[in-house]
Formats: sequence, C-alpha cells, structure tokens
Amino acid sequence: MSYGFSSPVPASAAMPDAIPLRALLPWAVFGLILSMVLLYFVGAEQGATALLSGHAVHEFVHDGRHLLGFPCH
Amino acid sequence: MAGRLLARGMIAGVLAACLAFLFARVFGEPQVDLSIAFETARDAAAGMAAEPEIVSRKMQASFGLFTAAALYGAAYGGIFAIVFALAYGRVGRVSPRALALLLAGAGFLTFVLIPDLKYPPNPPAVGQEGTIGLRTVTYFEMIVLSLCVMALSILVGRRLIQRFGQWNGMLCGVGLFVALTALVQSGLPNINEVPADFPAIVLWRFREAAIGMQVVLWGALGLIFGPLATAVLTPGGTGRHRVG
Repeated sequence: MSYGFSSPVPASAAMPDAIPLRALLPWAVFGLILSMVLLYFVGAEQGATALLSGHAVHEFVHDGRHLLGFPCH
Repeated sequence: MAGRLLARGMIAGVLAACLAFLFARVFGEPQVDLSIAFETARDAAAGMAAEPEIVSRKMQASFGLFTAAALYGAAYGGIFAIVFALAYGRVGRVSPRALALLLAGAGFLTFVLIPDLKYPPNPPAVGQEGTIGLRTVTYFEMIVLSLCVMALSILVGRRLIQRFGQWNGMLCGVGLFVALTALVQSGLPNINEVPADFPAIVLWRFREAAIGMQVVLWGALGLIFGPLATAVLTPGGTGRHRVG
C-alpha cells in the first residue's frame, strides 16, 4: 500500500524524526472529539437523532448531507 | 508541532471543501433538483400536500451546501492531520508531500469509497423516513469497520512485507484488504429503497457527482496539506515557498 512511494527518496536519506506519542496524544484526542462533533452536525443531527428541536439544521445542510453520502430523510 | 499540524489539516480541509463545493454545485445540484422534482410530482400524484419549505432551495444549494462541505472538510482535515502526525517518521523515508497524498488516497478509500460500495449516496426521494435510524447506524458501522479493515491490513501488511519482500508482501496485504472488505460488507444488511420508477440516469449522475465531490475534496486535501506540513516539519524546507 504505502511502500511503493518510499523509493523516490534516496535510500541514504535519514528517517525523519517522528513526533513523540506523548506530545501527539492530547492533540489527537482534542482533534478527534472536535471532528466527531462537526461530522455529527453535518451528518446525523435532526435525522436519526436530534439534540436540537425542529428541522432547521437538517434543512440547512440538506444538500450537503445527500451529496456527502450521509443517509437522509 | 502536533497542534500546528492539526490546525493546518483543518485549514487544508476547509480550502479543499471550497473546491469540492464548486464541483458539487456544478455537477451535483442539477441532480438534486431533478430528484426533488420527482419527489414533488410523486407526492402531488398521491394527493399529499407539498412539504413546507423551512430553508429555501436557493439557500440549501448555496450557503447550506457550502457550510456542510466546509464543516465536513474541517472534520476530516483534522482527522487526516492526526493520522499524518502519527505516520510521519514511522512508515518509512517518505517526504511530507508524498505522505500527505498517500494518506489522502487511503482516507478516500477508507472513509468514502469502501463505505459507498455498500451504502451509496442517495438523492432526495430515495430512502424511506421510517428506516433513517437503521440506515444511519449501518452507515456509520460501515465506516468504522472500513477503518478497522484498513488499519489491520496495513499492520499485517507490514509484517508480510518483512517476510515475503516488498512486492509479494504488498500483494498479500492488498488481498487481505479485499477479502476482509468483502467479508464485512456481506455481513451488513442490504438496504435498497430506490423507488421503482425513479429515473436511473438521475441516480447514476447523482452518485457520480457525490463520489466526484469526495475525490476533489480528498485530492485537494492531500495536495494542500503537503506543503503546509513541509513548512511545519522542515523550516526553510522545499514546501515553504508554496504555502502562500
């Protein structure tokens, strides 16, 4: 999968420094939670479940929800 | 550094979403309009009153579509940046730009194409209101399982490459990915709610546009994020002058 692409870089090039997991973890948790909330509002709010009453969110993102592939109606 | 990559991932996602919005606006919206016309005609024939328009069609097709795309782009841009930060320096001697493009391809496959093969995007008028719960749950299940299959195939594939060499190991990894995908997809319930008289060409064009929009989104995300990440990871590096 990913390995064919490593050949264009000369074999002598050093492996780049990885970001330590300890430094990555808090940002990963923060970023994933934020992303999940965003995806929830685009993809599922006022569809299968609803935190807010009414249909305004659903209707506003309606076309995007269909075209981005989320189940709708 | 991880925080800066995350922010840039989300920015790249929003920029990519701008392009995806333009694509969807040109190729997707005409099919949405045709589907709504079908729906309206069907409801009128059945003697049902027209659905009240809470948000105007014009608004849905412009700001609504753009907002949805931008939030979606920001979300997947963030997830993408986290995976990039995790992979960089751990998967081999790959430049940030090549890694970004590679991961964008993997992201498209995992989050879009594989789930869409089982549960393709549907235009308005396709899909029954009563099954929205089931359809939403199975759709997100499909995405989670697709992610698991991809992660497992990569982890096992790396072992296989060590054992059988680059080419053969990679083929085995791809074979495993295909087999697991088929297994997972055959285990999930089939859902077909396309009305018998719904025009096939509209359905086909809509799905083309929906998947095309995602190709634009993920392709642009990978290409935009690469130089942005290069600037973070190698100050003064090759990507820096391309950022602006």
